Amino acid sequence: MELQLRAEVKNLLFSYGDKKVLNGITLPVYENRVTALIGPSGCGKTTLLRCFNRMHDLYPNANYQGEILLHPDRRNILGREIDPMEVRMRIGMVFQKPNPFPKSIHENVAYGLKVRGVKKKSFIEERVERSLQQAGLWNEVKDRLNSSATALSGGQQQRLCIARALATEPEILLLDEPTSALDPISTRHIEELIQELRKDVTIAIVTHSLHQAARVSDYTAFMYLGDLIEFGASDQVFTNPKDSRTENYITGRFG
Amino acid sequence: MELSQAGSASPSAVMHSVDDIHANIKRRQFWDFVFALVGLMSLLFALITLLTLIVDLAMTGVPRLSTEFFMNFPSRFAERAGILSAWVGSFCIMLTTAFCAIPLGVAAGVYLEEYAKKNWISQIIELNIINLAGIPSITYGLMALGLFVYKLKLGQSILTAGLTLGLLVLPIIIVTTREAIRSIPNTIREASYAMGASKWQTIRYHILPYSSGGILTGVIISLSRAIGETAPLITIGALTFIAFLPTAPVEGHFPFINFKWLMDPFTVMPIQMFNWLSRPQPEFHVNAAATGVVLLVMTLIMNGGAIYLRSRFRKKMKW
Repeated sequence: MELQLRAEVKNLLFSYGDKKVLNGITLPVYENRVTALIGPSGCGKTTLLRCFNRMHDLYPNANYQGEILLHPDRRNILGREIDPMEVRMRIGMVFQKPNPFPKSIHENVAYGLKVRGVKKKSFIEERVERSLQQAGLWNEVKDRLNSSATALSGGQQQRLCIARALATEPEILLLDEPTSALDPISTRHIEELIQELRKDVTIAIVTHSLHQAARVSDYTAFMYLGDLIEFGASDQVFTNPKDSRTENYITGRFG
Repeated sequence: MELSQAGSASPSAVMHSVDDIHANIKRRQFWDFVFALVGLMSLLFALITLLTLIVDLAMTGVPRLSTEFFMNFPSRFAERAGILSAWVGSFCIMLTTAFCAIPLGVAAGVYLEEYAKKNWISQIIELNIINLAGIPSITYGLMALGLFVYKLKLGQSILTAGLTLGLLVLPIIIVTTREAIRSIPNTIREASYAMGASKWQTIRYHILPYSSGGILTGVIISLSRAIGETAPLITIGALTFIAFLPTAPVEGHFPFINFKWLMDPFTVMPIQMFNWLSRPQPEFHVNAAATGVVLLVMTLIMNGGAIYLRSRFRKKMKW
């Protein structure tokens, strides 16, 4: 399949008040590929990810400059005239710590449809089942869809959050260190899931674990102190980095 | 040894032997003991005073409690006097107060927490709300007398009283609503917004349901304060002797309910108590004590309910 752009970050500057966090990032995001953002703490990788669905708008003093163009319509989702709700309806997100609503499993997955005003019962049921299946959670919860989501284990909760994000068929799925709060078995589960999901959805993932980035991603962007140092196919970045800082980071000399 | 001598003023302050250490610990433990003792004494003093008051009130008042006491109007004969008009009045006013103060207080709290920009204006508003909660209640009575009774011509009615007490408890409800909302972690808000929800949807489906336990607790505590208020109601002209009930809210013909009772005069339990206490005959003092017991039990039940609700919601809400 030919490589297609799903989104383009163009010279993105981001600051919180006076504090510059991103100093001009330019980065492509390819359709049905997994793009990993790596880098040491404080490099701005999570900040960049949260620009994609305008999460920063929830807090005061967030300031964007530059563009993120969402293909194929090439709309700049950072544009002032664009309502963050529009962006969030097109781009889903899974957070670092599993954050299911303290409601039933079913209500969690159906939430995105509910806020969009979808009323048709059969459609909702079908979507809930399909999303849970996509997230590999269906077999574990199909008999207790009405029990509380907070009773699930951490790994199950995170897969529920993935199902919740998938239910509205997002164009891009953002994963912010989705396994950092999970045990190794749950982590493997989610990594396998990411491999499956890339058939259906474009994924951008922030991760602290270089091994994870190497395992799950097709493209890797290495960031350092708010700059994008290197972007390329993951095997190239991990085996043959062009920049010495990338090499130092992935060989464990700092970070 | 050179150990830690550099930092201390005199070398003798540094302990060397185990005996020194023991002596040092003993000395410090002594002050621990002294403080624990002082604390316990203060606690006992407060508790015993309170307990004496309650026991005294109960011993005088409880024998007077009977069905007739609740079902009789006040009378000039102490043994025939009851608190019917007083408790019905208290009940009607609590209802009106809750009806005015809950929507206003919760809406204001939600607005301040979720919508208002955090700047110096909102800080001034916040400070003033806390101040409002500390204003002497009689000031509210004066304001209500001027505004509700004279300007708006609502009269010395249940409505006026309900609105007055509503204003009085409004700051409490706002503050507890904000606290309840603040205890909801931001991750939940982010989860909702990330799904494309609007602000109102986030509030409607998450903020309000998850904070309802805390809000309810605040509401009950504020009502238990309002039920004991006397001064503002006397200021707006509550009657101290009243031998009839407000108009019944249900009637036999269309539309079957009416709100005429809102405009009726009233008395409340603490005022009834005050009235009886100001009489010379000791029999009336017994009536006052019995009313006091009723008020105390009601406050106790309300606060107990608040504690129960809070613990139940805490168990239910895990993040």
